[in-house]
Amino acid sequence: MKTLRLVAAGTALTLAMVAGTASAGATFDAVKKKGFVQCGVNTGLPGFSNIDDKGHWKGLDVDVCRAVAAAMFGDASKVKYTPLNAKERFTALQSGEIDMLSRNTTWTLTRDASLGITFTGVNYYDGQGFLVKKSLGVKKASELSGATVCVQSGTTTELNLADYFRSHNMKFTPVTFDTGDATEKAFESGRCDALTSDQSQLYAWKAVLKDPSSAEVLPDVISKEPLGPSVRQGDVQWFNIVKWSLFAMQDAEGLGITSNNVDDLRAHSKNPAIVRFLGKEGDFGKMLGVSNDWAYNIVKQVGNYAQSFDRNVGKDSPLKIRRGLNALWKDGGIMYAPPWQ
Amino acid sequence: MSDQTNQSLAPSKPRPWKNPRVHGWVAQITLLLGVVLFFAYIFHNTQVNMQAHGISTGFSFLSQPAGFGIIQSLIPYTPASTYGRTFLVGLLNTVMISVLGIFFATIVGLIIGLARLSHNWLIAKLAAIYIETFRNIPLLLQVFFWYFAVVETMPSPRQSLHIGDVIFLNIRGVYLPEPVFGPGSGFILGALILAIIAVIFIKRWAHNRQMRTGQQFHTVWVSLGILILLPLLTFFAVGAPLTWSLPKLQGFNFTGGLAVIPELTALVIALTIYTASSIAEIVRSGILSVSHGQTEAASSLGLKRGHVMRLVVLPQALRVIIPPLTSQYLNLTKNSSLATAIGYPDLVNVFAGTTLNQTGQAVVIIAMTMGVYLSISLLISLFMNWYNHRKRLIER
Ligand SMILES: N[C@@H](CCC(=O)N[C@@H](CS)C(=O)NCC(=O)O)C(=O)O
Repeated sequence: MKTLRLVAAGTALTLAMVAGTASAGATFDAVKKKGFVQCGVNTGLPGFSNIDDKGHWKGLDVDVCRAVAAAMFGDASKVKYTPLNAKERFTALQSGEIDMLSRNTTWTLTRDASLGITFTGVNYYDGQGFLVKKSLGVKKASELSGATVCVQSGTTTELNLADYFRSHNMKFTPVTFDTGDATEKAFESGRCDALTSDQSQLYAWKAVLKDPSSAEVLPDVISKEPLGPSVRQGDVQWFNIVKWSLFAMQDAEGLGITSNNVDDLRAHSKNPAIVRFLGKEGDFGKMLGVSNDWAYNIVKQVGNYAQSFDRNVGKDSPLKIRRGLNALWKDGGIMYAPPWQ
Repeated sequence: MSDQTNQSLAPSKPRPWKNPRVHGWVAQITLLLGVVLFFAYIFHNTQVNMQAHGISTGFSFLSQPAGFGIIQSLIPYTPASTYGRTFLVGLLNTVMISVLGIFFATIVGLIIGLARLSHNWLIAKLAAIYIETFRNIPLLLQVFFWYFAVVETMPSPRQSLHIGDVIFLNIRGVYLPEPVFGPGSGFILGALILAIIAVIFIKRWAHNRQMRTGQQFHTVWVSLGILILLPLLTFFAVGAPLTWSLPKLQGFNFTGGLAVIPELTALVIALTIYTASSIAEIVRSGILSVSHGQTEAASSLGLKRGHVMRLVVLPQALRVIIPPLTSQYLNLTKNSSLATAIGYPDLVNVFAGTTLNQTGQAVVIIAMTMGVYLSISLLISLFMNWYNHRKRLIER
């Protein structure tokens, strides 16, 4: 039972804090020693983290976990997944149950400053929207006054919802559920007039309705939701690995390196940036505490950011989300990874 | 030397370090000191650790605005209210669901328990089937069943089932007319209290009279009459200061009136049905524990069957029933935290869930939540112990 797990994790954290066992600064070493990355992901969100019919975890968020494993061990499959709902995720990270969290989680000041965790970057720029039944005849969010809205608890979504209605002087009734499943089911049954979540997720929810054409996503986007991975505070080396594994995927896209051409480029490219990236020159991997071909391993086994995006949420996926803000800066988006030297 | 003689003469005063009472005290104080030091150490250690991990601590978050909405609240609450308020809202919702659950589960359990002992084969079998079914299905499944399978098949607000223009039933809940009391209502409440006091006195008087003279008095009817008539007369005397707020469909939903959300309904039904199946068995075993000779003796005195049950069997059965019944009440209270699965805003949902998540104050919040459940449980236990004590067999 989900709640029980949350309470259990909370209690575990309490005990850890009481007895003082969880020591800071040791995540990198601990991960190295146990030989795999324990990654917290969504319990099931198509495109972001989901189990496919062969029992493998797939998704944009899952790919970040795999990239980190590729960097650490040269093997992207050295990941163990912990499916978490919104409420459980931070406690799981704080208590050391997971090494990193990659679960469509919004980077906020509050979370950076009071939870003892820190975000390492952004792997998807999102924003909050509404899904409504077509039969209501609502065309924009400002017509939702008095509506009953289904929402998942423990999310920024829940807070933005209240903010939005308050700032527009509108009334609403929130119906709050623990799990995405229950939220979606309640919306479908008609318990709520609207369902609210990050836009990317709305399309996923809509797709799983019995009759997807009975609902529509309103055009309004009411918040900024930069989603990204996070780690516990106190271990900068680990923080760096997670941060740069994601950057490496984005840099690879910028350099035009894909999983298909990476071997070829490694053998023949004379471009200094590519030579550095693939670990044939310089000690960039060593500086991070891993092998010098770490970025090669990421691209070879996981792909660059564009490949991951297209495969999971973009044009080659059922979701067909456009790159939009998530395109590289030079293609009109805001994805921008710092240089290596 | 003289000491020794003294001692042999008055052996009642051993040296302090040999005095068993002193020993006892020293041991107690050392233990207490140890316990206090232990907890102080734990407290300190926790704080240091949390600080080292960059997790903020303390109770100050309780005065910060919560920023999220809650669907049902017994006290005024808006997203601008504080986390402290959230705690109270959750606490009251937990108390409410527990009280409702205990009330209904007791009634249903008593009825089913008696039904199972019925001489009517069909009734007894039906009761047995009820018990075996609901006791053996996990409660969470039952909660989901009542919520998703039953409650959520209700019609949409625009197609509400309704009784006249006053009661509406749809997927958003049951909408009832809400009484709005005007000035002068205080008198009615006063009349009701007066009536209750009067009834207590009448009962005493009737009891004493029956003891003295053997004559019975129609206490039940007279009491009912007083309880209804006195407030009713006052009501008209002060000019009937009562209006009704009726539910009305406005935009998406009904406004006005009293709304009972389906999350509450589903949870109360599930808790009632599940717990009643255990209570029924407790009632049955309690009644069976009273030897059949008692019933026969009472019958041979000429008591009617209802009287035998009410005056002879049940009072004795209660002594057997109360202790396990108490633990059922405690179970129900704790089980009410399954609320969060269907979005009923109980303490675990809004405080140990949402608030914990938004603030990250796991240690403080879990501690407060555990404190609440412990206190509620202790209160129920205390009350039931007191009741049990009153009902105990007094040997004469
Ligand atoms: N980005 C937001 C929301 C994250 C979130 O939990 N989203 C929900 C939908 S609003 C979700 O992923 N639900 C899927 C599930 O838990 O199964 C946050 O970090 O608070």
